Amino acid sequence: MSRVLRDRRAILLFIVPGFILYTVLVILPVLWSAYYTFFGGMIGSSKWSFIGLDNYARLFQDKKFAAALMVNVRYIAMTTFGQVIFGLLLALMFKFWVKRFGSSVRTIVFFPVVLPVVAVGQLFTKIYEIQPYYGLLNSLLQGVGLGNLVYPWIGKADTALIALAAMDIWTAMGFYSIILYGALLDIPGDILEAAEIDGCNAWQLFRRILLPLLRPILLTCFVFSFTGTVKMFESALALTRGGPGTATTSLSMYMYNTAFSFQKTGYASVIALFIFLLCVFGARLIRAFDRKD
Amino acid sequence: MTTVAAKPENKARKKVRVRNVLIAIVILLVVLIDLYPLFFMYSASFKTNNEFVTNPAYAFNQSLHWQNYVDSWTRGNMGVFFTNSLLNTSVSLVFITLFSLTISFALIKMEWKGRKFFSQYFAFGIMVPVATTLIPLFVIYNNSGLYNTRLGLILVYIASAISFSVYLLSGYMRALPDEILEASVIDGCNIYTMMWHIVAPLMKNALITVVVIQFFFKWNDLLYSMTLISSSSLKTMQTGLLYFSDEFGSKNWGAIFASVSISVTPMLLMYLLLNKMVIEGMTAGAIKG
Repeated sequence: MSRVLRDRRAILLFIVPGFILYTVLVILPVLWSAYYTFFGGMIGSSKWSFIGLDNYARLFQDKKFAAALMVNVRYIAMTTFGQVIFGLLLALMFKFWVKRFGSSVRTIVFFPVVLPVVAVGQLFTKIYEIQPYYGLLNSLLQGVGLGNLVYPWIGKADTALIALAAMDIWTAMGFYSIILYGALLDIPGDILEAAEIDGCNAWQLFRRILLPLLRPILLTCFVFSFTGTVKMFESALALTRGGPGTATTSLSMYMYNTAFSFQKTGYASVIALFIFLLCVFGARLIRAFDRKD
Repeated sequence: MTTVAAKPENKARKKVRVRNVLIAIVILLVVLIDLYPLFFMYSASFKTNNEFVTNPAYAFNQSLHWQNYVDSWTRGNMGVFFTNSLLNTSVSLVFITLFSLTISFALIKMEWKGRKFFSQYFAFGIMVPVATTLIPLFVIYNNSGLYNTRLGLILVYIASAISFSVYLLSGYMRALPDEILEASVIDGCNIYTMMWHIVAPLMKNALITVVVIQFFFKWNDLLYSMTLISSSSLKTMQTGLLYFSDEFGSKNWGAIFASVSISVTPMLLMYLLLNKMVIEGMTAGAIKG
């Protein structure tokens, strides 16, 4: 048995092809990216030169970077909480309210999760639109006599980010609802019964029993949602192209523009590294709430 | 006496009924919120341009204007983009399943020094955002001639899927009893026949999970294809869709809705056919994590 499982040639054959691809196209670029951060100008151009830590120093004075970071933070706050809280509400609805057609309702709620992000972005552009024709939202508002609420939802800086967050909550809440519903089903029925006998009302049941039991999986949901939203790129590009102005320009988009439009390879690499670290440490931070008590 | 007793009972029953109606309304509302935008999309994809001008957006389509689909498929190049996406996705899926199966088997079941290190090495990639690798990747591709080639895109699709797929499969691989492998060795299997005839069939469900989730990721890819592909004959669905209204005219709503529908429909069909597996596949990462 172990003679077969120690076959060195087989191990090499099994590991090496994937290992090479993964190393060259995923690991090396990360290291390379870190190396680029010490250089100024565009790679391959005559201005490409070693400048030490200048790119890092620049990060702290860059107002555009600060603005992009602010956009990202606001977006993460709105979207993460929205996705997980609506997911939780839906899960509770599945468990306690939906009596008939349960699996059909859950199937429908999961629909938006499987849609391609760019397609959803294009669809919502048409939902929020005001020019040349009213989109779905504005025409509905007008149709029910709320014409004074008609608004260029993604054309104005004050609502664009909220409109984007609403779209991304719509897409992902079904995902979290299914995960949390699975966790709710795992809670033994006698715990709920005992709570009912003890005279728990709905809020006490939720606050004292369900919430503590769901806590680990809720944190997992937050980590998932956070690592997804920290990368904020596709949906924002598809819905608003980062606009109006820079109202929805995220870190990833700013990095992309810095690298490929403004051609500052080294500086863009600093931003890329920052996104990576934000992703890792943010997830760690959320996990830190997972204390055993 | 009876009337006095019946009254509060009636009241309670009425209360329950009102509650049930309210609950039903909430559920219906939730279903509507999830379905209506999709319904709107399909309905709008059959409207003539005239309908967009004269009728409000929520009105149903009055005609079945198939021309929108023809326009988007041919003049809008959606046909080309669709084929590219399908080709890139399927080819990379074959290698993703193959590599992640063999790697996770070698990491979990085979006996060699260093497998602990390599487990961590392969897991590292899960945390790496695509944006972080993009700049060096662009440089590597420019210098190696992989830029703007189908092969280049497929290679990075495979490479970027390995971490997560190996991670998912490793969980299932651990649950695979060693006795089965032992029995197969006694029956005369060598490592390759064991892999092909014993391990692969037993891992079928796990592999389907990987295929489903990676199909979704690859079909959805925007960053790689918009960075590494420049000619429109090689563009994929999402890149094509992103710039569709720029190139096709932002007033041609019918064709835009038709292309959005074209991009959405394969995912919806897959979901409706493989409902349970898709849900399991897509949530597997979160539950295992």
